[in-house]
Amino acid sequence: MSETKLIFQLSQPGRSAVSQAPKAVAEDKLGAIPAHLRRQQKPALPEVSEMQVVRHYTNLSSKNFAIDKQFYPLGSCTMKYNPRGANRAAMLPGFLNRHPLAPETHSQGFLSCMFELQNFLKEVTGMKGVSLAPMAGAQGEFAGVAMIRAYHDARGDEERTEILIPEAAHGTNPATAVMCGYKVREVPVGKDGDVDLEALKAACGPQTAGLMMTNPSTCGVFERQIEAIAKTVHEAGGLLYYDGANLNAILGKVRPGDMGFDVIHMNLHKTFATPHGGGGPGAGPVGVSERLLPYLPTPMAGQRDDGSYHWIDTDTLETSIGHLSAFMGNAGVLLRAYYYARSLGRDGMIRVGEFSTLAANYLLKRLEAIGCTAAYPDRRASHEFILTFAKEAKELGVTAMDIAKRLLDYNQHAPTTYFPLLVPECFLIEPTETESKEALDEFVDAMAAILEEARTEPDMVKEAPFTQPVRRLDDVKAARELDLTWTE
Amino acid sequence: MSEIPAELRYASSHEWAKNDDGTVTVGITEHAQDAMGDLVYVELPEVGQVVAAGDEAGVVESVKAASDIYAPVSGEIVEINEALEDEPELVNNAPYEGGWLFKIAMSEETDLDNLLTADQYQAQIESE
Amino acid sequence: MPYIPHTPDDVRAMLDAIGADSIEDLFDEIPAHLKAAGKLDALPEGLSEMEVTRLMGERAAMDAGAVSFIGAGAYQHHIPAAVWEIATRGEFYTAYTPYQAEASQGTLQVIYEFQTLMTRLTGMEVSNASVYDGASGLAEAVLMSLRANRKSKSRKVLVPTALNPRYTAATQAIVENQDVALQTVGFDAASGQTPLDALKDFEGEDFAALVISQPNFFGSLEEVDALTDWAHANNMLVIGVVNPTSLALLAPPGEWGTEGADIVVGEGQPLGVPLSSGGPYYGFMCCKQKYVRQMPGRIIGRTVDMEGKQGFALTLQAREQHIRRSKATSNICTNQGLAMTASTIYCSLLGPDGLTNVAAHCHTNTQALAEKLTAIEGVERAFSAPTFHEVVLTLPKPATEVLAALAEKDVLGGVSLAKDYDMPNAILINATEVHSESDLDLFAVALKEVLAA
Repeated sequence: MSETKLIFQLSQPGRSAVSQAPKAVAEDKLGAIPAHLRRQQKPALPEVSEMQVVRHYTNLSSKNFAIDKQFYPLGSCTMKYNPRGANRAAMLPGFLNRHPLAPETHSQGFLSCMFELQNFLKEVTGMKGVSLAPMAGAQGEFAGVAMIRAYHDARGDEERTEILIPEAAHGTNPATAVMCGYKVREVPVGKDGDVDLEALKAACGPQTAGLMMTNPSTCGVFERQIEAIAKTVHEAGGLLYYDGANLNAILGKVRPGDMGFDVIHMNLHKTFATPHGGGGPGAGPVGVSERLLPYLPTPMAGQRDDGSYHWIDTDTLETSIGHLSAFMGNAGVLLRAYYYARSLGRDGMIRVGEFSTLAANYLLKRLEAIGCTAAYPDRRASHEFILTFAKEAKELGVTAMDIAKRLLDYNQHAPTTYFPLLVPECFLIEPTETESKEALDEFVDAMAAILEEARTEPDMVKEAPFTQPVRRLDDVKAARELDLTWTE
Repeated sequence: MSEIPAELRYASSHEWAKNDDGTVTVGITEHAQDAMGDLVYVELPEVGQVVAAGDEAGVVESVKAASDIYAPVSGEIVEINEALEDEPELVNNAPYEGGWLFKIAMSEETDLDNLLTADQYQAQIESE
Repeated sequence: MPYIPHTPDDVRAMLDAIGADSIEDLFDEIPAHLKAAGKLDALPEGLSEMEVTRLMGERAAMDAGAVSFIGAGAYQHHIPAAVWEIATRGEFYTAYTPYQAEASQGTLQVIYEFQTLMTRLTGMEVSNASVYDGASGLAEAVLMSLRANRKSKSRKVLVPTALNPRYTAATQAIVENQDVALQTVGFDAASGQTPLDALKDFEGEDFAALVISQPNFFGSLEEVDALTDWAHANNMLVIGVVNPTSLALLAPPGEWGTEGADIVVGEGQPLGVPLSSGGPYYGFMCCKQKYVRQMPGRIIGRTVDMEGKQGFALTLQAREQHIRRSKATSNICTNQGLAMTASTIYCSLLGPDGLTNVAAHCHTNTQALAEKLTAIEGVERAFSAPTFHEVVLTLPKPATEVLAALAEKDVLGGVSLAKDYDMPNAILINATEVHSESDLDLFAVALKEVLAA
């Protein structure tokens, strides 16, 4: 595939997509703006025709892997099918043109969807209240830990300065704790993937504000001691935070609220099938137990006795941690999640956890059968599992990165690599419930072929990929000689 | 096997320290730069900054990792290696020479005694 | 089974390969009493695509039909058809974060082009790939200024009262747990601007940055050059908060004062992103080159592959949470990729002349609307400063009553300033290029009727 020029390189002075913009305004009509506040030269945007734009970005799109094109088994990312119907519904003119500050009289349709979505999420997670406001998983985490802090502060319990985090956790967890003004203490994970309970007990104390964890954990296994963990943290006076990154594994099977969690965030772009959009937007609603209800971020949707819907904001919920965005989070993403929830219904939601777990366990067994090494061979996979290529790296010089790159040549997106950090040379693989058995089998075939190549022509594998728009990129040059914008 | 000059002292966090009449030059060891990979950026302290042994005094970054640099001894920063601003790769190419990071006017001579000898450091990295 | 492809035979074969008797067996590590069986009964039955589409169509229709003059941080603009037809192509819509660069060159190049566009609009040197929205972008900018301003030891930032109060509130909620204080600076009641005089009280005090909003929440244009130079003279960084459409007409923040703004953020929504009840939008974030390592969020760089061919990759990742963990510049992982992609296409379609025309129409339509409305007895402009595309009007009656009565006529006549500014009779209105002369007349007629009633 050839190099695609930048849109700026297609630009010619005087060319434009005329029909896309209103007509020019006479300069004398702009006299109210003082000259010294005016721009001297027009911004150097590209001057291109409508068709050039359409062709350029269509061509660029073709350089992406995407769920609509490929199996995309990124662990902890839940790359499941994104229903097209959800997109059409969210793009209905009534939703698209609604101003976020439109009065409630002109917002009943949108508010009703949000109110119902809050209730669905409460039900499926076993929490007592839900706010849809956070705009991404990381913001949901922020809201969650900020609520933990608000809770302790409100009780005058200000000696709690530490958040405990299992060492296998995603990097956002510690980053979030710091944004909420906490110190981070990491808790070790045992050889079987479960938290080291004795170490946790030793780490808990009057300084403990809470524990952040995912379950199933980032090791791809269900944390079996979850009740003992909850008891330990609660007895120390801390609260329990559930990172919903892996909620897909247990949707409809176990509820975080029943496991003892006080606060959770959900990634609707994972579990509720909203698109990832090349890295966003997502949505990260939070759910809480009874004692954190007063602190939920605003706005939320409420319902009056007469059945009409209204906003709940900081003027009525004064203890709220407040607004995390200018308006109502990623409303359009929430509408897509609403569509998905209505589409699945009760039975559909229960099947999500079941079939994502079936797919992962099947794929794990098949990959083990062709010679892959599981990181936790004695454990059930959750909706995802870890392979380690430490042996291949040592004996053949072929790393997890090399195998990942070679998978692209087989038209398979690579799984998550080098995460969690505590397993060397690892793949974290999450097939999701929406992939057919044939698609899983094709991935196994590709992996078998690559393992064979690693033995017979390791140097070739180390140079992969060969079929993509570019070969391996010079990351060092990218960082040392920063080139972040185009100059003619 | 990476080079560990016998005349230097070492911190367990992989800095080396070289004392010249109370002015201690600090860098990272060959082992450390090797583990980091190609460095793309080095953040240095400011001249005049006063540090205690064990304080964070900079950061080295590669493409996929970042690692804090800790002051091995207490004192005032008197010089930084400005060449690293444009050529962080000096740390990779010559960790004990052109890739030094900063110099400290040491306030507590005894701090040096708390650092590892070359043999002790060698033993540490072998056990890692 | 919606979206699940497995036939009963597939399921049997998969279970056989696993060596399990049933799917339920796969959950045998979960304590039995924790299982959710029977606990989801309140959830409704699933619906077919036709049924959900009808249901949501009815809901959407409930919110349609009014003519709106609400701005206050989100603006209606014409969005060319090509923008979302391309942005929602599956290759953009269903791709993940571009971690595998070789298989993500489409997304990566779009971001590089976006970064270039934003620096050209703002007159700044570098841009990131966007953050969640304008308000949270300001919070990130405030935190960034504390890291970037080495001359300041302060954890305080000066914020004008005339900044969008929703931005102040969100910033407060995000930064307060890190012991960061926002010190407000008042506005001039006659002009609606942030006067230099109001800043004199803070001269000699240590603040990390001054926030300047251009235009400000009232639509008024600030004297940005004087404010910028004052901040720099007092060892503060300048954080510009700007409307991207306005930048086609207004001086870019990179040129404010002698040295220009240091960090620039704003709401990207006006550039081709629909109102959509408040999101997904995106916040753009630009800064001077020397502060790039303090900037949060994803950044794309141009480099070469092993054959020397041009390619694009994530760069400066050591700032980010997945590497720096608790010492990252922010916990942010994503950008608002799809919305940012739409803006890149939008800016390319409009070009320099098109965006200038949009901005000019916004300005002249708002001027025309203000003239029509202030022709009504008792309706006046609240402030004297020049404006871009929003104006504050004072009414002879309480704003909330008037707005409710207008809404009954399907005219959404702006937002009330009663709550945020103790100006009970004031409304903030906006018109853009989408409003026709008859839309403006509709508002004027309706307002006249409501005030006469």
